[in-house]
Amino acid sequence: MDKPLTANLDINNPQNLTAYQSTGGYKGFQNALKISPSDVQQQVKDAELKGRGGAGFNTGMKWSFVPMGEDAPKHKYLICNADEMEPGTFKDRMLMEGSPHLLVEGMMIAAYAIGADVAYIFLRGEYKLCAQRLQAAIDQAKEAGLLGDNIQGTGYSLKLYLHTSAGRYICGEETALINALEGKRANPRAKPPFPQVVGLFGQPTIVNNCETLCNLPGILRQGVAWYKGLSESVDTGSKIYGISGRVKKAGLWELPMGVTARQILDLAGGMQDGLTLRGWLPGGASTDFLMPEHLDIPMEYDAIGKAGSRLGTGGIIALDDQHCPVGMILNLLKFFAQESCGWCTPCRDGLPWAVEILTRIEMGQGSQDDIDTLQKLCGFMWIGKTFCALAPGAVEPLRSGMKYFADDFQQHIDHKGCPHQH
Amino acid sequence: MNNAIPITQLDYRTVLTDAEISEIEHECEQYEIRPAAAIDALQIVQSHRGWIDDESLNAIADCLQMSSAELEGVATFYNHIYRQPVGKHVIHLCDSISCWLHDFQIIADHLSDKLGIQFGQTTEDGNITLLPNVCLGCCDKAPAMMLDGELVENLNIASVDEILDKLRGGSNG
Repeated sequence: MDKPLTANLDINNPQNLTAYQSTGGYKGFQNALKISPSDVQQQVKDAELKGRGGAGFNTGMKWSFVPMGEDAPKHKYLICNADEMEPGTFKDRMLMEGSPHLLVEGMMIAAYAIGADVAYIFLRGEYKLCAQRLQAAIDQAKEAGLLGDNIQGTGYSLKLYLHTSAGRYICGEETALINALEGKRANPRAKPPFPQVVGLFGQPTIVNNCETLCNLPGILRQGVAWYKGLSESVDTGSKIYGISGRVKKAGLWELPMGVTARQILDLAGGMQDGLTLRGWLPGGASTDFLMPEHLDIPMEYDAIGKAGSRLGTGGIIALDDQHCPVGMILNLLKFFAQESCGWCTPCRDGLPWAVEILTRIEMGQGSQDDIDTLQKLCGFMWIGKTFCALAPGAVEPLRSGMKYFADDFQQHIDHKGCPHQH
Repeated sequence: MNNAIPITQLDYRTVLTDAEISEIEHECEQYEIRPAAAIDALQIVQSHRGWIDDESLNAIADCLQMSSAELEGVATFYNHIYRQPVGKHVIHLCDSISCWLHDFQIIADHLSDKLGIQFGQTTEDGNITLLPNVCLGCCDKAPAMMLDGELVENLNIASVDEILDKLRGGSNG
């Protein structure tokens, strides 16, 4: 299989502009410039590229809500969401460190497709090496006339800036990210209006995940049929899948969309010696637990959805039998409680409450009532009750963990302690 | 009107250095409005001064033509803007799930013991501040920490000891 995302990726020595161009780099952007923005949108829609940040929405479709043509606002923005902070997720870091020009080219194509004149990379501040390499790539592209005014005489102009954030998970929510870029406290915004119409500085704005954007150069260079052929699943293209936890060799692999978690676990050499897999999160901390019997389900949006979870970021977290499921869920919930922006009550109050109860249970001081309260909290913080998706995301591992590991919860309560700490 | 509370107009130029101002102005060029450079400006001043004290915060707000209250809302929102003094060296130990599955607690307890401080504290000599950090995005090389902005991966007791020795200038203090 072709590996358009990683074929030329080199973490130690990423391609500079010349090397990138010698392997077909910026061909996709050149092809885009030869056709109209709406044709680019159509190609990406036809390729059925779905957002790799976790939501899985059709990218071309997302773009199609941006006002186009003569009457459209003069300024439009494209933002790359590179605020990767989902626990267990490290794919965007690899792409940016190892192939910075791929992202820059992807952003140029997306910006052209929606008629954006300014683009930002919203990068998490901790990714220092990414920042250096992306800035170098941007400077090289500018120097070569691929960015700037009237790019190669086409009349299209684009400025691309790197913005480094200072560490806050909620900035990955697209409307919170827009507030952050405006220099405001990064609480999410009410929708509608949607950012595609009223976004950054009140102008039409598209926010796409880093990996999503990295898919574009391939689509524009080699076409829709080739892109669809990369995958044997209902979801098209390739995907950076990863696994972490107590496996032999944690890591990332570019694979056809829809491989199974078992294949990914095999690539990692299986669980460490003496350990057994008890459960797994398919795509980051905010996805429901799945069990060993789900390992053969294709890692694609619908199939994982039908199994009761979400593909999310495709970064699997494996729970082994030597670690306590209650302890793991407590760790996950602590993360969400800390990173809640505090804007809406169910999230601000509900998450610390859940942490308090889980701590009690883990310490062996939990009661039967605590289980009922946790169940209720899952309802209070579910979709529709909160302002954004943060709290429902936190509920996912909690509710599924309570279902699959009910015996472990009960054991903590009955025996007044954590069996893994003795 | 002698009893009136005097209104002092702060001029950021008297607080921020020329270097800081020029770096902030460079960032402002990227945005439509000056307040949009808030996070950048806070990071710039922090890189020069180690942390953001009230005077710096007020000066940055003035420079960006926004209210101090608004900027305080931004500054306190981010994990990596320090509104309290930190030590010469800052350790951010990742406490998220993949590191938790890889002996986070053992490393955390060891750091805390060795330094004689809890998370959120600075050693008495002002040398090292110990802070937790959410997922650093190197889950395949857990457990991990960020030391003065640099990533250190695959931590174990021995490598942590080595790091601490180096930070203390070779002594075992």
